[in-house]
Amino acid sequence: MPKVTFTDHGGSERTVDADCGESVMQAARRNDVPGIDADCGGNCACATCHVYIDDAWLAKVGGRNETEESMLAFAPNVTDHSRLSCQIRLSDELDGLRVTTPESQS
Amino acid sequence: MSRIVIVGAGQAGAQVAFSLRQWGFEGKIALIGDEPSLPYERPPLSKEFLKGELAEERLLLRTSRWYAENSIDVLTTAEVTSIDPECGLVFLEDNGLSFDTLVLATGSRPRPLAVRGAPLLGVHEVRTIADTYTLRQVMRPRARMVVVGAGYIGLEVAAVARSLGLEVTVLEAADRVLARVTGKTVSAFFEAEHRARGVDLRCGAKVSAFDGRDRLEGVRMEDGTVILCDIAVVGIGIVPREELAKACGIACDDGIVVDRDARTSDPRVFAVGDCTRRPLVHYGRSGRLESVHNAIEQGKLAAAAILGRPRPAEDVPWFWSHQYDLKLQIAGLGAGYDQVVVRGDPAERKFATFYLRDGVLLAVDAINCAMEFMASKVLIAGAARPDLAQLADPGVSMKTIIDAQRN
Repeated sequence: MPKVTFTDHGGSERTVDADCGESVMQAARRNDVPGIDADCGGNCACATCHVYIDDAWLAKVGGRNETEESMLAFAPNVTDHSRLSCQIRLSDELDGLRVTTPESQS
Repeated sequence: MSRIVIVGAGQAGAQVAFSLRQWGFEGKIALIGDEPSLPYERPPLSKEFLKGELAEERLLLRTSRWYAENSIDVLTTAEVTSIDPECGLVFLEDNGLSFDTLVLATGSRPRPLAVRGAPLLGVHEVRTIADTYTLRQVMRPRARMVVVGAGYIGLEVAAVARSLGLEVTVLEAADRVLARVTGKTVSAFFEAEHRARGVDLRCGAKVSAFDGRDRLEGVRMEDGTVILCDIAVVGIGIVPREELAKACGIACDDGIVVDRDARTSDPRVFAVGDCTRRPLVHYGRSGRLESVHNAIEQGKLAAAAILGRPRPAEDVPWFWSHQYDLKLQIAGLGAGYDQVVVRGDPAERKFATFYLRDGVLLAVDAINCAMEFMASKVLIAGAARPDLAQLADPGVSMKTIIDAQRN
């Protein structure tokens, strides 16, 4: 069971138990983690589940897919660490993943 | 301490509660829903949830623990029978609740098809989790399904049914699919797609009755043709649920009339989501929006107004639909367009169709084209007049087109 740690804009941390196969967004929602809106429910249609991947996890998490890249192209405060959390599938390989949520999703 | 009662626990009603707590409201909140579930998202009901790929708990917007921790009283399977804004009271079947501020988030109901046989067993609609469970149970391979109405819901159900191996006929009364929401190029594209997947799609097909004794046996059309089937799904639009508002004299006009802050004609009462007719600030008119975007945005607008916060941004309306492997994203409202520009090749199943009036971009239908969708939201919000040749040329990036507007 992978654990994911969410740090919010103000620096407070929350670690949750995720299921293998669910997305980071789904793990956040299932555990009521604030800061991830996910208006479209995980369809990569809205760019409101934006997170920043911690340095140490960037390579393991991998790059953005094509749709995600497009969705992030016009989202606010995008950095090299930005991903849409609905597009990251959790597995044991990502156990311990750390991400930060932005101040606002819009 | 003040008390806010929210009637309707769909996406819009829930958002009011979420935003109130997020922004520090410490008074009482009651969220009253007529379904057995906690607030959930409806879009998957005609997509992955119907297909059986998504567990029910995945639909929930928050867990029961969250509502408890945030002191929100969620009343499920609760029917509001009337409201009295003057006295600040909401009446349920067996008790009443007092409020200082009321939010109506009553949503909508599927538009009924008023023909003989409509109540027959085997005739379905898709609005609630319960509807989808009932439909899913009978969607066995090779079962014969007739879908009445080729809007988003009908076409999404048809796509799921084909992928599960049902025989599917789609009947649309208009001369093309998605006629209410899109232009001819996109309609033709989706018609070809569904036919290629084996759907028997008939436009200009008007239903006159559902035939059957104890249960559905066939769908009868106005020209006398009968299509034998096991299942019918009716998806011909929705009707706003405005009865509670009307009964206490709140202004309604095919939807509860609200201002930009989601306030109704009664200053103590707000209304949000499918049930409202709202100002469409990017288009200089009012209208009804049937979408998740609208539910969330009006939820935030109402919460902000109740708390006296600055008005949150009003986004360009947006929508999405999934059919087979096609991802349709729509930004803006195309009504009244006088020009259409297509970017990309429909044959490649990746293209965008732009709708303009007097050179101003009104809307886009983007098929497997997320960049065009996102860029168009920016352009429409700015009432942009993009260069048409650039718009039609996939070789010119959308970023270039946006930058040209800023110069």
